[in-house]
Amino acid sequence: MIRAMAYLAAPQMNALRVNLTLATGNPIPYTEIRFPEDIRNVSSTATPDASDMQLPGAEQGHLVQRGDGWSLQGNCTIRALPALKPALDRLAGQNITLSLSELSRLDTAGAYALESLRQRLERSGGSLSLRDVQPDHGALIDRVAQAMPKPETSPKKPMRLTDMLELIGRAVAGSGRFLLELHAMLGLFLARLFSFLRHPGQFRLTALVHHCDQVGWKAVPIVALMSFLIGVVLAFQGAVQLRQFGAEIFVVDLIAISILRELGILLTAIIVAGRTASSFTAAIGSMKMREEIDAMQTLAIDPATVLFVPRILALLITLPILGLIANVSGLFGGAMMAWIELGISPGMFLTRLLEDTSPRHVLVGFVKAPVFALIIGIIGCHAGMGVGGNAESLGRQTSSAVVRSIFAVIVAAALFSVFFALMDI
Amino acid sequence: MAADPVIRLRGIRNQFGPAVVHDDLDLDLYRGEVLGVVGGSGTGKSVLLRCIAGLRPPQAGQIEIFGQDALNCSEASRREIDARMGVMFQDGALFSSLTVRENVEVPMKNIKGLDAGLRRELADLKISMSGLPYAAGGKSPSELSGGMRKRAGLARALALDPEIVFLDEPTAGLDPIGASAFDELIKALSESLGLTVFLVTHDLDTLHATCDRIAVLAEKRVMYTGTMADMLHVEHPWVHEYFHGPRARAAIDTLERTN
Ligand SMILES: Nc1ncnc2c1ncn2[C@@H]1O[C@H](COP(=O)(O)OP(=O)(O)O)[C@@H](O)[C@H]1O
Ligand SMILES: [Mg+2]
Repeated sequence: MIRAMAYLAAPQMNALRVNLTLATGNPIPYTEIRFPEDIRNVSSTATPDASDMQLPGAEQGHLVQRGDGWSLQGNCTIRALPALKPALDRLAGQNITLSLSELSRLDTAGAYALESLRQRLERSGGSLSLRDVQPDHGALIDRVAQAMPKPETSPKKPMRLTDMLELIGRAVAGSGRFLLELHAMLGLFLARLFSFLRHPGQFRLTALVHHCDQVGWKAVPIVALMSFLIGVVLAFQGAVQLRQFGAEIFVVDLIAISILRELGILLTAIIVAGRTASSFTAAIGSMKMREEIDAMQTLAIDPATVLFVPRILALLITLPILGLIANVSGLFGGAMMAWIELGISPGMFLTRLLEDTSPRHVLVGFVKAPVFALIIGIIGCHAGMGVGGNAESLGRQTSSAVVRSIFAVIVAAALFSVFFALMDI
Repeated sequence: MAADPVIRLRGIRNQFGPAVVHDDLDLDLYRGEVLGVVGGSGTGKSVLLRCIAGLRPPQAGQIEIFGQDALNCSEASRREIDARMGVMFQDGALFSSLTVRENVEVPMKNIKGLDAGLRRELADLKISMSGLPYAAGGKSPSELSGGMRKRAGLARALALDPEIVFLDEPTAGLDPIGASAFDELIKALSESLGLTVFLVTHDLDTLHATCDRIAVLAEKRVMYTGTMADMLHVEHPWVHEYFHGPRARAAIDTLERTN
């Protein structure tokens, strides 16, 4: 069982052990495992042999009456305890004497059972005297008696109204602080960025290129595919509706405006939030967890400069490019579907697109890209810095970074829509 | 004591690709003793420990544990052997998502019929026997200091009252007071629980304070075994340097002063 833990700790070793144990050799005589029988069904003679090489599976112990006292026979170990404990719990009376002369094995769990029996009897005004204790058993019982855990009971108070209000207040203050921290992160990023403008020599171009590759280039296939499919869906749904009015040609406007203005950049940002915010959090968080960030600070390396700036800058550079790719492939998907479904030839699609769709839609779309990039990058890096000392919090922060950044991107998109509508753009 | 080896290694060879770590290594571990295993960094102390504990089979040789062939046996009997051994890893290797108490309860979950209440009490007992305060049971491993994590690792290794425990550098990274408290803990537990201990260590104070016998790993095998006093008369240059260096002399001095 200890080994089971070792397995969990070192999963790669598991395979080795499996190989080892599959090479099964001769069966040995111990494989039959007997479980402790219920105390009432057991005769009063001690069964197990007391040899040292006894196997753990066959341990049993019995409590039997001897004259005016009791005697513990066989094994009083953790494996024998489940069957033995009810019998010990039933012992009651003023002065109980328990002989341990016939006890063959005692472990800490057994000693604990004896010690808690003593405590229980003493609490009810009785006593327990152990007789014929073998020296090693006595030493063990003494050791356990010294170490008996003393729970520090802290009475649980019922939740009152003020506690509830306090919880709500803390949650509100917490989210206020969260927003504040995000702004601090933004300020830090901008400050470091401007200091690069003054000292361009310190800029780490390699890191930037690396992150552009991770964030941008590697995301191209998924972004292009997703956008293509959205174009297809829009064209198809638009065709079904617009055909009823004989206004099929307007499907081009439908696709162009919705993709260029809203969907292309928004869906790209959502995909990038899922991919990139989580990877920022995981990368920075695991460094935080292993105190690498503390080490950087002591070595006079600014974590914001080496960790945040290249990542967020890479997002700022690549998100518009990804948005462009999304726009092109969305239009391509829409054009294909319009051709198949409505017979609008690619040439006609293109002419209509160029004549009717004003470039301001494209601009409205791209203006949002840097804002989304900042939101994703800052939330991802901030969540990474919030990781505590254990793997659990790394996982929690990673998933909350994804949820928060997607949520924030959608909220920002909604605000943009309202703004542009009010401004008549 | 000397008549009853619980672990007998013969002709062990461990290698990683072309790099041979152990070659033709023999070692006996006797019932009830605390064996200190020393050797330079990278001489394969941890590899030897993993090899005996069944985490990594050797490329050649025989391992006999409790009189059984531990390499060519059925899976069930290997599991029985494993149940009688406990391992404490270098940094405790506690499960970070569980509390300390839950960590200690993990091995007990395999015991049929043990109800949750009793299991919890026994876990608290082990935690207390390892010298941790009661409140540590409810904490998660990341909230503990290095020394407390090691104690928690020991509590988990001792959860089922193993007959043999393997400790990998238990006092590395502890402050001297914490380290000597840990030495005393090992000594006391080994006496009162009748433990056989396989103790990998670099710490000369630990060797003095706890070990009945010392095995020196060098040149891919166990070069010397013997008591501390025997080690002082070994001519091998590394062993001589190890037991006669400035740190060794300081440790011996303190030991003599305390006696
Ligand atoms: N998984 C592994 N793969 C390759 N080599 C290893 C592996 N584990 C250990 N070694 C090598 O085995 C040797 C002994 O390592 P180890 O037992 O950890 O030394 P130590 O005595 O310091 O505990 C080292 O030279 C190490 O490089
Ligand atoms: Mg090691």
